[in-house]
Amino acid sequence: MRHGKLRFVAGALAPALVLHALFVLSPYAQAFYLSLTDWTGVAGGAHFVGLGNYARLGEDALFLDALRNNAVMLIVVPTVTIAIGLFLASVLHLGGRRGLDGVRGTAFYKVVYFFPQLLSLAIVAVLWQFVYNPTNGLLNGSLRGIGLGGLAHSWLAEPHLALAAVMAVIVWSSVGFYMVLFSAAMDAIPRELYEAALIDGAGAWATFRKVTLPLVRDNVRVAFVYLGIAALDGFAIVQIMTVGPGGPDGATEVIGLSLYRNAFTYGKFGYASAMGVTLFFLTLAVALLALRGRRTERLEIA
Amino acid sequence: MRRVSLHGVMVAWAIVTAFPLVWALMSSVKSDAEILASPWSPPSSIRLENWARAWNAADIGRYFLNSLIVVGGALVLTMALGSLVAYTLARYEFPGNRLVYYTFVASMFFPVFLALVPLFFIVQKMGLLGTYPGLILVYTAYAMPFTVFFLHSFFRTLPSAVAEAAFLDGCSHLRVFARVMLPMARSGLVSVGIFNFLGLWNQYLLPLVLNPDPDRYVLAQGLAALSVSQGYRSDWSGLFAGLVIAMLPVLFAYVAFQRHLRAGLTAGAVR
Repeated sequence: MRHGKLRFVAGALAPALVLHALFVLSPYAQAFYLSLTDWTGVAGGAHFVGLGNYARLGEDALFLDALRNNAVMLIVVPTVTIAIGLFLASVLHLGGRRGLDGVRGTAFYKVVYFFPQLLSLAIVAVLWQFVYNPTNGLLNGSLRGIGLGGLAHSWLAEPHLALAAVMAVIVWSSVGFYMVLFSAAMDAIPRELYEAALIDGAGAWATFRKVTLPLVRDNVRVAFVYLGIAALDGFAIVQIMTVGPGGPDGATEVIGLSLYRNAFTYGKFGYASAMGVTLFFLTLAVALLALRGRRTERLEIA
Repeated sequence: MRRVSLHGVMVAWAIVTAFPLVWALMSSVKSDAEILASPWSPPSSIRLENWARAWNAADIGRYFLNSLIVVGGALVLTMALGSLVAYTLARYEFPGNRLVYYTFVASMFFPVFLALVPLFFIVQKMGLLGTYPGLILVYTAYAMPFTVFFLHSFFRTLPSAVAEAAFLDGCSHLRVFARVMLPMARSGLVSVGIFNFLGLWNQYLLPLVLNPDPDRYVLAQGLAALSVSQGYRSDWSGLFAGLVIAMLPVLFAYVAFQRHLRAGLTAGAVR
């Protein structure tokens, strides 16, 4: 009946599959092999060195800085972003009169909060470079303006502040997105549950913990995966905004930056590939950890 | 009292979000002396020549055009190929269907950093380094997995009665796809189209590695390069103007599609 079916299927898939194989699958596969060589970009000059690159990673002080910084970001960025996002979404939904309605201007807040998510991280980085500028930046200017000039700092130049400054930017740009995500999940929670909680005399915190949180748990998990992956990256912000970049003294070094520098500045392509493989396994671990048992505990709303 | 303080929190975060953006806009029409004197003070006069200088002398105009060409090309190609693949995988039974689907979907979970080094050499070997076609093809390849994933589930939910009727009327496979199924999938196409536009417009890592020719810089890349060079030249106002110009297209897209866009982006995340 439907003649030419296979021809159509083959024709529809072929161009996309060629692109995919050439630019996505093949580089991913090659990276694993390259990570086992000492290749420096010269054709035919790759020698197999086994796990040598990985052994050197363990002695590379800057790479260890990067691992440590990414680990800190992995813990802080998702936790803070999700906490603020959940809080703002809850207030949006239940902060109004009687504790059952949202605050006024919900639509306006969603519009404003969400916008930074749409900007390129490169643009965000340039913007915040200005904000953090010690002499004429917005942050120090504001602090001096309200009489807190003593708190003014060279935010990106002081080793103990630089990483926090980087993380604050990532949180700033992501909170709105997760607020909207959680807000959509809360829209689906039946009003009666909150009315019942109110009648039972539950306070705001108890209501949040016992009613809201269990019902948005899947969304929180997804948020952890996405934010975890973003925290393992951080490249654009660090590369554009920080001094060095990655400084001062490795304080904001991240894996992606080490990889980029080793590959495209030093030409150590085999070594850089080993960093890529490390990053891949870290990403995989974060995703598996956060999604573990995702299907085991599903709450049913009758 | 409690309501007031809760509302205060909402206002506070709105200020934290909007203030840097408004401040950048304000600074883009100040003079360099005013910017250096005080980050707070409003401009004494609106200096639109900063914008003109950023657009022309600082090449923001050229970067803008490059972005438009590369993102436009990649978007058209991604939507065309992605919808074809998603439709075929969703509506046709054939050996290897699942394998092809998972091949696409699995690569969503790989960090681009892993592919970076080999990708650079593949593009270089093909002579496509720093060219529009090179960037367009690579952008398309990396936008494809999510597009297929999203549209696949969309095409599966569409009813098949209309398509059956069209087949009985003697329509070819391609015609059924283009004339019957694509129009029915319009809302899904719009969602994933907006998603792809933003993702591609905001690309930084891929052009940084694959697009070394300053004449071909895309906007995000050019702005980042500018922030270094203009910083040395102390042309702060020009740099602020460039920053604001770079944010405008996304702002317009947001104002025009904001509901659709938020719904589309967040739906993409939980799928």
